[in-house]
Amino acid sequence: MLSRWIDHTVHLLLALCVVITILTTLVVIVLLGKESILFFQQVPLWDFLLGTRWEPLLEPKSFGVLPLVVGTLKIVFGSIVIALPLGLLIATYLSEFASTRFRSTVKPVLEILAGIPTVVYGYFALTFVTPIIRTLFPDTQIFNAASAAIVVGIMILPMISSLCDDAFQALPGSLREGAYALGATQFEVAVQVILPSAAARVGAAVILALSRAIGETMAVTLAAGATPQISLGFLESIQTMTAYIVQVSLGDIPADGIEYLTCYAVGLLLFIMTLIMNIIGNHFITQTRKLHL
Amino acid sequence: MNDRLVDKQISLEARDLSISYGEKQVIQQVNMKISSHQVTAVIGPSGCGKSTLLRTINRMNDFIPTFSMEGEIIFQGRNIYGPYSDPGVIRQKIGMVFQRPNPFPKSIYKNVIWGPKINGYTGDLQELAEDALKRAALWEEVKDRLNESALRLSGGQQQRLCIARAIAMNPDVILMDEPCSALDPSATARIEDLIKELRDNYTIVIVTHNMQQAARISDQTAFLYEGDLIEYGVTKKIFTQPDKKKTEDYITGRFG
Repeated sequence: MLSRWIDHTVHLLLALCVVITILTTLVVIVLLGKESILFFQQVPLWDFLLGTRWEPLLEPKSFGVLPLVVGTLKIVFGSIVIALPLGLLIATYLSEFASTRFRSTVKPVLEILAGIPTVVYGYFALTFVTPIIRTLFPDTQIFNAASAAIVVGIMILPMISSLCDDAFQALPGSLREGAYALGATQFEVAVQVILPSAAARVGAAVILALSRAIGETMAVTLAAGATPQISLGFLESIQTMTAYIVQVSLGDIPADGIEYLTCYAVGLLLFIMTLIMNIIGNHFITQTRKLHL
Repeated sequence: MNDRLVDKQISLEARDLSISYGEKQVIQQVNMKISSHQVTAVIGPSGCGKSTLLRTINRMNDFIPTFSMEGEIIFQGRNIYGPYSDPGVIRQKIGMVFQRPNPFPKSIYKNVIWGPKINGYTGDLQELAEDALKRAALWEEVKDRLNESALRLSGGQQQRLCIARAIAMNPDVILMDEPCSALDPSATARIEDLIKELRDNYTIVIVTHNMQQAARISDQTAFLYEGDLIEYGVTKKIFTQPDKKKTEDYITGRFG
């Protein structure tokens, strides 16, 4: 009797946890939506999405979000250019070349990288990476996109290498055997059989990492600066969407003004971008499950 | 028994072959000569070491860290495990077909030509693919969809594709590790017919737990039991008047 009662209570408690999680998410979405509607009542949606000047705190105010989006995309692009090749090399080495013992030692160490607080990465960018870049390219501004992109790249590296390693390991051993039985070398097996066979899951890993890079806040706030601008260069100061939200949240901006509402509009856009990435990423993963790979 | 094989050309020979995984010995002192252009079946109950024996022939056991062996396997006059022997080169000459069909997730065409391509084949790949698929009795079924994914073929077709993949390397020997165990009876029948045809051009060593299959398709049969080669000889004789009591007990189904 008692055990059944305990079963029942545990069941309820666990269900409650699920409900709370879902509710919290819903509340966040509703709040983002509600405040954003207030914003879009004053600023037309197209002015926001397609405007090329982001000066909500200056007069005359301008609410074109593109400079922030470009800033964010620079970080995303730069970090993936660093993390993807490195991550693939690490995963290939761990999965196809390293001994089991080496792999089981190194993989957890790599995952520790993912546990370092992001503010430390930001500090690392500012005090270590930026000076190096400035030595190489003296024109580089103190705050610059390159430094932030590099540390965000390092930040998402464990995620990419770990997910890619999982993807390679999930491939059936019979696939490798089939290739070796044709006289293939380890390198040919890794590059021509394993990598293409795991392509969809590698794609999923990249997209999940992209969504992490889009949402990354502390490092870019510290290292990339606060200059919303549309440009192609990586050596100048930019501002990402997340860094802008930090700036407004910390500043002495009246909580009822349009300036404050910009936070919600930018936040909503950010949420939609990461949501789309996650949906695509998960779609990739379920697609490959169907193929039994 | 081996004197029966003397008139045939010998393709492979195991000399005092013992195999261990770590401390556990799985093959003891096997001596065996395998004739060219014959189908040699290795039978025996599960765990008798027949797959291990087969995989040792093309060095596929090299990937198992605890694997160790003594003795020699002679192929074309040289020890496969000799100091200058290259596993990659050996596997080009001694192909293998596995228990479960394992085509690459690439097109049918690319599956067939991948091996020759990486090993520097300089001839016409298109021609090579067609020839290999014809020899594997798959050409008629796939000639109009060579660029489709191999994973869309049926299990039996996939296994014939794996045979075509092995044939495309132009090997001397094809090892088959229970190639029909994942297939239905009609697909099995097609593969069995194919094996009998392939004998003209290749030396075939097939491991099977299916005694009827061994009786149907092989010229020579080896019976392994707990790592010992109990009896080896002409298939017909093994199945009708075996010399050893153990062999008779196994083929009559007294244990298995």
